[in-house]
Amino acid sequence: MFAATPLNRRSDRNQSVAKAVFGLMTVVLVIPVLLIIGTLVVKGAPAISWEFLFTAPRNNMTAGGIFPALVGTIWLVVVALLASVPVGVAAALYLSEYAPDNLLTRAINLAIVNLAGVPSIVHALFGFGAFVLFFNMGQSILAASLTLAVMTLPVVIVATRESLQAVPHAFREACWNMGATRWQTIRKVVLPNSISGILTGVILEVSRTSGETAPIMFTGATAFLAFLPESVFDQTMAMSYHLYYIATQATADVPEELTYGVALVLIAIVLMMNAVSIAFRVYLRGLKKW
Amino acid sequence: MVDGSPALDGSGALGGSPALDVAAAPATVNAGTGPLYGEPPIIEVRDLTIAYDGQPALRDISLDIFRHEIFGIIGPANSGKTSFLRALNRMDGFNPGMDVRGSIRLNGKDVNDWRNVYALRSRIGVVFPLPVGLPLTVYDNVAFSPRLRGIRKKVDLDEVVERCLTRAALWDEVKDRLDSLGSLLSGGQQQRLTIARALSQEPELLLLDEFSIAVDPVTTMRIEDVLRELRSELTIVLVTNLVQQARRLADRTAFFLMGEMLDIGVTEDLFEGKVTDERTTGYIEGRYG
Repeated sequence: MFAATPLNRRSDRNQSVAKAVFGLMTVVLVIPVLLIIGTLVVKGAPAISWEFLFTAPRNNMTAGGIFPALVGTIWLVVVALLASVPVGVAAALYLSEYAPDNLLTRAINLAIVNLAGVPSIVHALFGFGAFVLFFNMGQSILAASLTLAVMTLPVVIVATRESLQAVPHAFREACWNMGATRWQTIRKVVLPNSISGILTGVILEVSRTSGETAPIMFTGATAFLAFLPESVFDQTMAMSYHLYYIATQATADVPEELTYGVALVLIAIVLMMNAVSIAFRVYLRGLKKW
Repeated sequence: MVDGSPALDGSGALGGSPALDVAAAPATVNAGTGPLYGEPPIIEVRDLTIAYDGQPALRDISLDIFRHEIFGIIGPANSGKTSFLRALNRMDGFNPGMDVRGSIRLNGKDVNDWRNVYALRSRIGVVFPLPVGLPLTVYDNVAFSPRLRGIRKKVDLDEVVERCLTRAALWDEVKDRLDSLGSLLSGGQQQRLTIARALSQEPELLLLDEFSIAVDPVTTMRIEDVLRELRSELTIVLVTNLVQQARRLADRTAFFLMGEMLDIGVTEDLFEGKVTDERTTGYIEGRYG
């Protein structure tokens, strides 16, 4: 009575083919990731030690550790966040909750999308012209962080806007109908229910900021500093630039394991950030209220 | 419409259906808590026309709604009933494509002349067909509007929350879990939560749009009883798909069809066939719709 018809069998066969093709593509995708991480771990792990992490480079960077670069990256990321998160979240709130849907708003949204597509080297030149020269900040953490902030603003805005818009419109109307203002609605209902998405966006921004090289190389990163930066007006070393430098620019022979060690630490930072972001999202999804 | 009933409205602004005596009120005035037909209406609608992006949804509606009245609006889907409610609350502000023409006066004052639209909306409670439990606790859902009004003391809030939930026939089911999320209640419970929230505004005017769609029949009857009691305190506009619900509750009823008001009158009269337009009777008797 329930025998398969020829049509059933054909659907079944097509379904198997589709599944196999998609599965194969997934394997193709995973291979480079495994190769990169595998190579880094195998070649870089021997270099990793407490000394490597917590001392400065020595002997024209052919020995010693990466401590100033590690600290410098933290400086850059924190200052960039302080600049981009308030601006990005406020702009997203305006665009999503207040702005009328007109030509200007659409133009601004388009501009944000385009800003995300600008190559990082262009941001670097912009940052050099605007922050280093025009605003006379010199090559400094401040100039480099602001350049990074401009570059990552679209990430924050888009992530924030999307999480705001994931809050059902009916909630807003229900609040407005009770006479709540837009701001009361945002504060009591919209933000508490989108904060998880916003934070996820921020963490992703951190992982992206910490890995960027081009935007900081003209604006504040330096190849070698024997001391740690003391204020945002100092230049600093940074992990990404340090890797670029010892891999391609250094005159002396840098031991291979040192280069791989730096790369391993850098990618570990990024992966840890992403892992935190994912864990956080999973945790908050458990708290989802509708 | 009752033949020969006197028109109380002197404005003569009668909109598209001159046959309808829009402000006509029944001569009999219920004692005590009944509608106040002798007094100026709480809502005067004149020549109300609503369009969405140029598509007309409602044409030339003129009618009056009196204090302490339950005013029913019946009609098939897409006849403009919900648009009418949205215009009363100035919800066109939420929807850029919604164009409202004509005048709506609340307590004699045009709704567009309210400088503070939030004050206007806070005096009008709205319940829509689909329940909206805000992602707050049950308690905070109901305390939301009182808090907007500046009520801060726990005892005062407790009192409002219990009273409103009781009236919405929900208190017994949630009194032990006021701290659980309103958005996790069942559909029918969320709808009663929505009603409780509307009541917590202590509105002058309560707009109900097919409130019973998500509510079981027994609870619907309990809420209907509450609505009858509430009539002594406020005015209710009841949009309903259930003609029998209009018959049970409404003092007067209007029949909307395809964006036009074909009939308005004392509910019993309409149900007994005293209609201006034969289509009203046709709809009430279920011959089409």
